[in-house]
Amino acid sequence: MKTNFFFSKLLSVLLTLFGISIFVFVVLRVIPGDTITGTLGTDTGVLSPEQIDVLKQYYGIDKSLFGQYTSWMGSFLKGDLGFSFTTGLSVAKLTQSSLAVTAELAILGTVLGVIIGIAVGMFSARKPGSVRDFAGQLFGLLALAIPGFVLSTTIVAVMANKFHYFPNGLEYMTPWRNPWMNFQQMMFPALVLGIAVAAPVMRTTRSALLETVDKDFVRTAHGKGVPARRVQFKHVLRNSLIPIVTMTGIQFGYLLGGAVIVEKIFALPGMGRQVLDAINHREYATVQSSVMIFAILFVTINLVTDLIYRQIDPRIK
Amino acid sequence: MTSRVKEKSWLHYYLRSTSGVIGAILVFLMVLLSLIAAFKLYPHDPVLQDIENTLKGPSGNYWFGTDQFGRDIFSRCLDGMRRSMIVSIFSVAIATVVGVTLGILGGYFGRWFDSVVVRMSDVIFAFPAILLALAIVNSLGNSWIDTSLAIAVVYTPIFIRVARGPVLSTKEMDYVKSARILGFSSPRILVSHILPNVLAPIVVQIALSLSWAILTESGLSFLGLGTQPPNASLGLMVSDAQAGSFCLVDSRIPFTFYHYRSCWSQSGRRWPSRFT
Repeated sequence: MKTNFFFSKLLSVLLTLFGISIFVFVVLRVIPGDTITGTLGTDTGVLSPEQIDVLKQYYGIDKSLFGQYTSWMGSFLKGDLGFSFTTGLSVAKLTQSSLAVTAELAILGTVLGVIIGIAVGMFSARKPGSVRDFAGQLFGLLALAIPGFVLSTTIVAVMANKFHYFPNGLEYMTPWRNPWMNFQQMMFPALVLGIAVAAPVMRTTRSALLETVDKDFVRTAHGKGVPARRVQFKHVLRNSLIPIVTMTGIQFGYLLGGAVIVEKIFALPGMGRQVLDAINHREYATVQSSVMIFAILFVTINLVTDLIYRQIDPRIK
Repeated sequence: MTSRVKEKSWLHYYLRSTSGVIGAILVFLMVLLSLIAAFKLYPHDPVLQDIENTLKGPSGNYWFGTDQFGRDIFSRCLDGMRRSMIVSIFSVAIATVVGVTLGILGGYFGRWFDSVVVRMSDVIFAFPAILLALAIVNSLGNSWIDTSLAIAVVYTPIFIRVARGPVLSTKEMDYVKSARILGFSSPRILVSHILPNVLAPIVVQIALSLSWAILTESGLSFLGLGTQPPNASLGLMVSDAQAGSFCLVDSRIPFTFYHYRSCWSQSGRRWPSRFT
């Protein structure tokens, strides 16, 4: 029963991934027309037909669309993600380092967001309708309404102008080379993403807690003399966890999108910057592979969320 | 018919909710400001450069000050707001029409068509919104129509889901079955029996999507892939402000976003009372 579920889930994920690969291929390879025009610009006009043929062969666009797709997918699955001309590195190599940055950022952001979100949510739900509830809700609303790039820009401006503190202006350090520097560079971007995650988590926590508080088992726990704090965490929070985890999973995915903007502002060499740079340099292979990797991450996270909340709540079959 | 209770209109409920009224006023203000920009009634030309007056603070002549090219920030805010409004309305309109049509058809007819529709929306769902919009803009181009199309693609699957769900339950209702037995055509059943009953969540979704679309547009412009300079866009102005100009626009985008939210979520909440 359980393995059966797992396999059907896996199958549907694989199907989705297949659809994604076709979508990415169509949007990024077929629509923009010609890689040659894209790379050479107006110089394409002076090329002889033979030169164009050679270039087409070089880029692999002399084949049929189906042929192009299979050859792209074939090399993608083998780990050959293409070559980035501006950096002179293979996209696989680039991705290796940038994926680590984005992963660190996303995990830090999510952890911060969940902590802030649950804390504010519990703070708010303790006394619905009170001043502290209002304050908590106001926080949620502001965090939801202020776009990440506005918050980041403000932080950068204030830190750099008022305090002359801007660790992101220095060269990026991996946590292995210089953990303290890495922490300083990651702190603010993670906070920006964390606040974006915290808002929906806070709202979900608040409404889930308020719903659970009225349940019979909570009254029973209070009645039999369980300490209030213990009831709050072991009974109420534990039973409110499913919507919170679901929300966090959804937000984790969105956070990958937010990372694109935050990485640009804080000059972090992550996946988002890789995509943006590739778009600006018109490197279609890099854009295509990076977007594909983004989508794979997103789908994987959703799958994991799905599995986790089945773990938390055995009632879900 | 004497005992018939007079049904209160949704407006009645709407006016009784504080946040709904506040939101409505703010949205109205925004529309008004955008209209001012649309009729070119702003105090200065938003793209006119004035080298002698760069990076000025707020003054009687330049209400919000000037940017690094000496352009009036207040006028640029108005014009940027107008652009954001156009893009968000246009993109959400496309997403609604396409998404709701596909969702209702898929939900009603089922079978292979439904599977294709659901699978397609799953695929689009598998991208972070801004990234997908980025990729599409990268392929299409940078005009406001391209931006709107990109945002529309991103938000279409949401409308597919929102429309499809209720259709599945509505089509099993007795009145739909009897309409079918009476020999009504499928288009007639879809338009006059199914559509009105799935409208409420769609209205809420339109409201939310309008605000998200504004955010996505400003995000794209911020990254340099939406509105192109010298034209004004709220996102672009924040990006310019990074270069050091004094810019009030920062506070404007979140508020825009909030107005939509509070106004429309209220209208959405009250909406169902018309149909039930």
